[in-house]
Amino acid sequence: MIKKEVVVIGGGPSGLSAAVEAAKKGAEVLVVDENLRAGGQLFKQIHKFFGSSAHQAGVRGIDIASELLEEARECGVEVWLNSAVVGLFKEKKVTIKKTLADNSEKLEIIQAKKIVIAAGASENAVRFKGWTLPGVIGAGAAQTMINVNRVLPGKRILMIGSGNVGLIVSYQLLQAGAEVVGVVEAAPQIGGYGVHAAKIRRAGIPIYTSHTILEAKGVKGVEEAVICEVNDKWQPIKGTEKVFKVDTITIAAGLKPLIELAMMHDCKCSFIPQLGGWVPLHDENMESTNPGIYLVGDVTGVEEANTALEEGRLAGTAIAEALKYISLEDAGKLKKEIWHRLNELRMGPFGEARMLAKNNILTACKI
Amino acid sequence: MSEKPGQNFINERRVFKYMRVNDHIILGKDERKEMVEIKVNDKTIQAKKGEMIIAALIANGIKVNRYTVKKKEPRGIFCGIGQCTDCIMTVNGKPNVRTCVTPVEDGMIIDTQYGVGRKE
Repeated sequence: MIKKEVVVIGGGPSGLSAAVEAAKKGAEVLVVDENLRAGGQLFKQIHKFFGSSAHQAGVRGIDIASELLEEARECGVEVWLNSAVVGLFKEKKVTIKKTLADNSEKLEIIQAKKIVIAAGASENAVRFKGWTLPGVIGAGAAQTMINVNRVLPGKRILMIGSGNVGLIVSYQLLQAGAEVVGVVEAAPQIGGYGVHAAKIRRAGIPIYTSHTILEAKGVKGVEEAVICEVNDKWQPIKGTEKVFKVDTITIAAGLKPLIELAMMHDCKCSFIPQLGGWVPLHDENMESTNPGIYLVGDVTGVEEANTALEEGRLAGTAIAEALKYISLEDAGKLKKEIWHRLNELRMGPFGEARMLAKNNILTACKI
Repeated sequence: MSEKPGQNFINERRVFKYMRVNDHIILGKDERKEMVEIKVNDKTIQAKKGEMIIAALIANGIKVNRYTVKKKEPRGIFCGIGQCTDCIMTVNGKPNVRTCVTPVEDGMIIDTQYGVGRKE
């Protein structure tokens, strides 16, 4: 059996930054990722990040991913790709299904001292008539197709949801050469930042607020989308239907944390709608209710890549402290700085709800 | 190219020769030139070496990956990152392969999946 001080499950922004932070201080770290390359969803984020310079504003997600991977290499983080965690045991044993170069599979059991769960989140679906037709896809999936796989999932596209994902992906679909016929939003106002909404409005794309999708029509795939207005009780208003000839409907209706691994490990969870639904609880060190198991990134509340990076650093620092690679005082100082930056990221009309929800997590974890 | 939207890519009805994003304002030109051949439902199609199966299918206009067990309804890609398993197909005789996270290999045989694998 292989022994590792720290096993990080998931090589996205939060997992990698936790790994880098712990490894920099001297810990021996293994990152396990199911995909063929690490970096998580950063590689599809070709837009520039916003916020302050402390948060890499103006840098594109793809470049942040490359930097992070380089940093991980430099400080000796071991990365297993094409490897899925299939078991977690009480005594901190991690079972990993590793796919070897010749495509054969091998089970490895690793004894860890600390485990970081950075599994991320998955996209929500929206149920309407015809929602299972080929051509109804996640907005994140569309983003992956155009920016990573470099294929257009459709030629004429209708976007459902005007949060930041809906707005940004609409714009990126334009950049990739698709036609976006409109963005549909059930609420009376646009969900995401004005700066993103303005970009797609300037490109001539209408945003239909107080509208919902009624139906996707087609035989072997989407051929038409029907939308209509909704009243103040979110109910469709008859006679207001609009029909679009489209081949693709993209759904940007939020994400939900992938909490299965945390649940397998008996981490206490709570239902917090502002963070995407059921989330495992954690303390100020990102440690779950199960000692030695840390949670970072979207798995413990859907936010964005910058907070994921900071949460990773926080867990990495706390782990280095617990493994006695840094002193209590040094760790305390570093963690204070990270918390300061995290709180900055959770300000403003969009961040406040998340800040409150995160504070509730910290409180609930203590009970 | 300017990053200003509105001039280059909207208002005009676009003519789509390819479903591939060969040239991109931020990502630049797609430098992957090497092609392989795969067989999808007995038809040979071209795929870029190392790309995900789903990308090759989309580039060749194939949208249906499988039909469901009971109602035999068509399904295609949904999440694109290996989470939802809606895009599974039979690859080299093995059913339930997630085409969005499995790269193509030269000579790969890919079939539409009917239910749990067998075509009735």
